[in-house]
Amino acid sequence: MSRRQASLQRPTTDLPVLIAPSAGSTGRTAGRDSGCGAPPRLAYWHGFLLLAALLLSAGVAEAQSEPGRAGILETMIKWTPLLFEGFLFNILISFMAMAIGTVAGGFLGIWQISLLPSVRRGSWLVTQFFRNAPWLVLLFFCMFLLPFQIEIFGLVVPLPDWLKATFGLALPVMANVSEIVRGAIQSLPSGQWESAESLAFTRRQTLWMIILPQCVKRMLPPWMNLYAILTMATVLASVVGVSEVMTLTGEVLSAEGGRTDLLVPFYSYILVWFFIYCYPIARWTVYLERRFAVNA
Amino acid sequence: MNTAAAWTPDQPMVSIKDVHKSFGELEVLKGVSMDIMKGECVCIIGPSGSGKSTLIRCVNALNDIQAGSITVEGQEVNDPNLDKLALRKKVGMVFQQYNLFPHKTALENIMMAPIHVLKQDKTEVEARAHRLIKKVRLSGKESNYPGELSGGQQQRVAIARSLAMNPDVMLFDEVTAALDPETVKEVLVTIRELAEEGMTCILVTHEMGFAREVANHIYFTDRGIIVEHGPPATFFTDASDPRTQEFLSQIL
Repeated sequence: MSRRQASLQRPTTDLPVLIAPSAGSTGRTAGRDSGCGAPPRLAYWHGFLLLAALLLSAGVAEAQSEPGRAGILETMIKWTPLLFEGFLFNILISFMAMAIGTVAGGFLGIWQISLLPSVRRGSWLVTQFFRNAPWLVLLFFCMFLLPFQIEIFGLVVPLPDWLKATFGLALPVMANVSEIVRGAIQSLPSGQWESAESLAFTRRQTLWMIILPQCVKRMLPPWMNLYAILTMATVLASVVGVSEVMTLTGEVLSAEGGRTDLLVPFYSYILVWFFIYCYPIARWTVYLERRFAVNA
Repeated sequence: MNTAAAWTPDQPMVSIKDVHKSFGELEVLKGVSMDIMKGECVCIIGPSGSGKSTLIRCVNALNDIQAGSITVEGQEVNDPNLDKLALRKKVGMVFQQYNLFPHKTALENIMMAPIHVLKQDKTEVEARAHRLIKKVRLSGKESNYPGELSGGQQQRVAIARSLAMNPDVMLFDEVTAALDPETVKEVLVTIRELAEEGMTCILVTHEMGFAREVANHIYFTDRGIIVEHGPPATFFTDASDPRTQEFLSQIL
């Protein structure tokens, strides 16, 4: 992920690609990461690089295309509404998987520090299992193990493929959130528990009123990072046949008669969308990390 | 609370009898006994690792003990069915590292436990919290967060936070050890006032001057036992055990 916002003093220009990082920002970076060299940082102009790659590939394809065929840009614009719908579907899946995974993972993480050994070990095992299993494998498991409908109190609830895929993605999210929660709780000094104990707070009160409120700050950056990873992983759902943006792109390409000149421009196009969506999240994460680092 | 009802003020408020405590193989307390009467201020001194802090942590059940007995107002602490919350409502504790809740202001730190643990009325608790802030000389710092206060100020908030529970005994675990020399005094002044008002205090401390002036009784511990004890007037001048003499000669 990216490191830090490029310095605000950077002059505005129409050609951001050509601007070298300002001395001020590299100076700060070097100061903070002393000893290990400043790692490259993701900046907004990387998005333009991506866009440039897209335009270049489209241009090359355009130049090579046979006369009489529809132009590449024209084709892309034609399919944009459909593809965008698919992209929104990815976002929906990511929202739902994140919500389910966060709630389940929150409890799982708290159980990992339970005083009951069985609860503690059980939740640890579940966490480790789902955290270390490949996401695609979990996705397949959910696709084939969950029924296509379930009956609750005589009410038949259908479980469409996309919902099953959402559950499949929620599992590794749950396990990762569980570890984020456990790590945040255990990163607090033990004195917090002790002083709460000596003030006669119950364990439950201590956890909810004293420990977890302090953990939110620490959990937010890794949690957002996880969300960005999840969003990018939603395209895995195409493998199991959910009509999200990758599936639709494949369908569009075959509808266009399998033109090979369209492959790179179309997939680059999708790449740019994901960049536009995930980049602000990464930036915000970095901002929060920096803010909390100062105040912690 | 039935056992507590049997206690009368002429009996020791805190009674420690032949307490043994081990961390795994390491025996930290090897039979320690002491009695603290109501209104007394007791200082425990001794070299690092002699079990001083462990001893007072056992008094409010932050550490359990393997053998012996500790009673607070007649209530046995070394009891598997101990109501720890009831005990801790009677025993306040202040730590070396202050341990204030960093996400709450000074005033909120003081108000939290009375409101949520004792379920007391919020306006009444707030009035008391303001009085306590004034008592520890931090008027004007009510809405500051712990991170905005100096070590000495944080420690005084921590003392006020403990006092807000209206405890019968206060435990101080090396409360000035992490402070700058110039802020040590302001914390000691606060504790001295408490002791003079009749609060029962047990202090683990390295402040010999303070111990000599304020304590009613001084205990010297070394390697898990009480080597010597006595009122300050005789303790500092007539120490008979060579270990005490050596320790005092190093520190005074």
